[in-house]
Amino acid sequence: MSSRLRLNVWIAFLLAPGLVVMTLFVAAPLLSSFRYAFYNFNGVLPDTFIGLANFRDVLFEAPFAATTWRALGHNAIVFAALMITQNGLAYLIAFALLKSLPGHRIHQTIVFLPVVLSAVIVGFLWKLFFHPLFGLVNAALAIIGIHGPPWLGNESTALGSIIFTNAWHWVGFPALIFLAGMQRISKETLEAARIDGATDRVLLTSIIWPLVAPSTTIVATLTFIGSFNWFELPYVMAGATGSPGGATDVLGLYFYRTAFGSASSGLQDFGHGSALAVLMFLFLAITSGLGLRYLRRREIEA
Amino acid sequence: MAGMAFGRRTLAALALATGLIGTAQAGEVTFWTWRQEDKAIYTDLFAEFTKANPGITVKFEAFPNENYNTIVTTALAGGKGGDVLHARAYGGLEAMAKSGYYLALDKTNVPELANLPDDANASESLRADGKVYAVSLAGQTLGLIVNKDVFATAGVAVPATWADLLAACTALKAKGITPIANGTATPWMDAIFATVFTNPFLGPDWVKDMLAGKTNFSDAKFTAALGKLIELKPCLPDGFTGVDYATSQQLFSAGRAAIFVGGSFEIAPFRRGNPKLNLDFVAPPAPAAGQPTYVSRFFDSGFAVNAKSPNQADALKLVRWMATKAFAEPAAAKLGNISSLKDVAAADPLLGKIAKLNETAMPYATLVYFRFEAPTGTDLLQEGVQKMMGGTATPAEVGANITAGLAKWYKPFQK
Repeated sequence: MSSRLRLNVWIAFLLAPGLVVMTLFVAAPLLSSFRYAFYNFNGVLPDTFIGLANFRDVLFEAPFAATTWRALGHNAIVFAALMITQNGLAYLIAFALLKSLPGHRIHQTIVFLPVVLSAVIVGFLWKLFFHPLFGLVNAALAIIGIHGPPWLGNESTALGSIIFTNAWHWVGFPALIFLAGMQRISKETLEAARIDGATDRVLLTSIIWPLVAPSTTIVATLTFIGSFNWFELPYVMAGATGSPGGATDVLGLYFYRTAFGSASSGLQDFGHGSALAVLMFLFLAITSGLGLRYLRRREIEA
Repeated sequence: MAGMAFGRRTLAALALATGLIGTAQAGEVTFWTWRQEDKAIYTDLFAEFTKANPGITVKFEAFPNENYNTIVTTALAGGKGGDVLHARAYGGLEAMAKSGYYLALDKTNVPELANLPDDANASESLRADGKVYAVSLAGQTLGLIVNKDVFATAGVAVPATWADLLAACTALKAKGITPIANGTATPWMDAIFATVFTNPFLGPDWVKDMLAGKTNFSDAKFTAALGKLIELKPCLPDGFTGVDYATSQQLFSAGRAAIFVGGSFEIAPFRRGNPKLNLDFVAPPAPAAGQPTYVSRFFDSGFAVNAKSPNQADALKLVRWMATKAFAEPAAAKLGNISSLKDVAAADPLLGKIAKLNETAMPYATLVYFRFEAPTGTDLLQEGVQKMMGGTATPAEVGANITAGLAKWYKPFQK
């Protein structure tokens, strides 16, 4: 046996277990979901091949289309809001931590602490905090004389409240990535800028921002995928139907209750559910692919 | 999470496919259900069956409620599964029975179907062939659960008319009591809330006309009835749009609220949670004095026979027995529900009273008739009620939206 062949056999041998597991438990279900999207379901069994009809229904047919687009719109709001508030704040926190002020180690731990909690726990916790009758938030507001609204019950505040919870839960993660990016910038660069009289604002906008471009790429991509796959928090805090009145409905919830049924309707429709899942997959894959290309190019320019 | 949920189902299905669950031996009937909590009760009842049918034993196997449909259908598709299966009703039955997994029941193989009223049998029938696929177990009644002590202490009478109800609200609030415990944050409760209060304003004839397509949910009669709910806003807890099911239950259990709008299925948990609660169950207020009022009703589960069961003769014996008083009377008493069978006396006086109210009950229409295809009537109603009570939709908009949504699949509305 030539050494080259032996090497190839070894590689194949080492790759095989992982490949089998991935094929069986990732690729195969994914492909079967692709297949289901083209079938009409009779009960819980695929019954007739109907081509693109499921896709047409969820994208263009009333009343399903309205729900799909509304959910997509909410996902987009979540993405934009998280990019600006959660990641913006994370960027500032990272800068503050970079300055190594007294007590920065303990602050770093505190900021990162909620990240290790499960989203389900965070969701229940904040659902209680936002409770209109015995919630902490309204009790605090009452002290300063404000009668708080039922945060999760108002159509105008529900989505914002869940986005806030998400930011509270996750802000430590982008902060850590930004901090790592900032720590990679050479001390000389920052000191030179200081000597030239750069203020914190100039440092943040003109010096650090372009130099942490690789961190921004990671944060933006993960936030994008997280926002459009958003499920746990809205499911725990607003239920499978996106209460109230669909004001917090996102694609993940719509997919879940279409495929698996909600509390009040045991209807399981794997055909339309799979179509939604496939569309979400394609949208995420294509958009994050294009986004990554742009962000990577931006890193080089910087 | 979505992926995880699917993963769990897949695992459960795999467990079944690999035959972790043994097949029944001759003389042994396997009973599959999602009611793990009722295991002791069913085991006792099945012992009675074995006494009456020596040589046949029944094995109880329960699966988690949220995965039950998937587990059962996966097993049945593989030609396995329990011999007798606890089945859902209406749309939930249809999803499972239309794949041909359940044995059709009729007067020849289950003569005892005659012991059940027509609407109970209808709840376990398919729309396509009109055949019965399961023996209905119990009915649920929707109305007002009342804390008698709270009313008595406040010196307020339990309201009999709509005007009484609004007056009682004011009086109770003056005493610092929340008149109605319900909030609108949990959608499935909103559909029940709306059904309970609108049905007396609609009447059974309106439902018949609506089913025939002579009228629909855009009708002024329906939207006017729906609009009545808005008058109840001051009766609900502070910040009711954010008050969910669990909170409503707590408010009522703790005696902080006088009325809980819900189903007869709430009574047992309320009693368990607070044995001192002095409960009553009453019909919702009539539109005006001297006019009739109605509770709302639906049937919620039944017993089906696996069409591919190797032990079908014994399975049929069990299901036939479940359609007789020998099973239904002790089952209703132990499970604390109201049997679907005709003339089964309720052991509990309160359930007996509900059984009496059932004689003139109206159907919980969005569940009984409109839960077969998407979008379901219940989903449309609950989303509409949430919006209407939150102030972002008018009753007319809600009604029009329900009609338009149902017209997608309900033929009489497609005009």
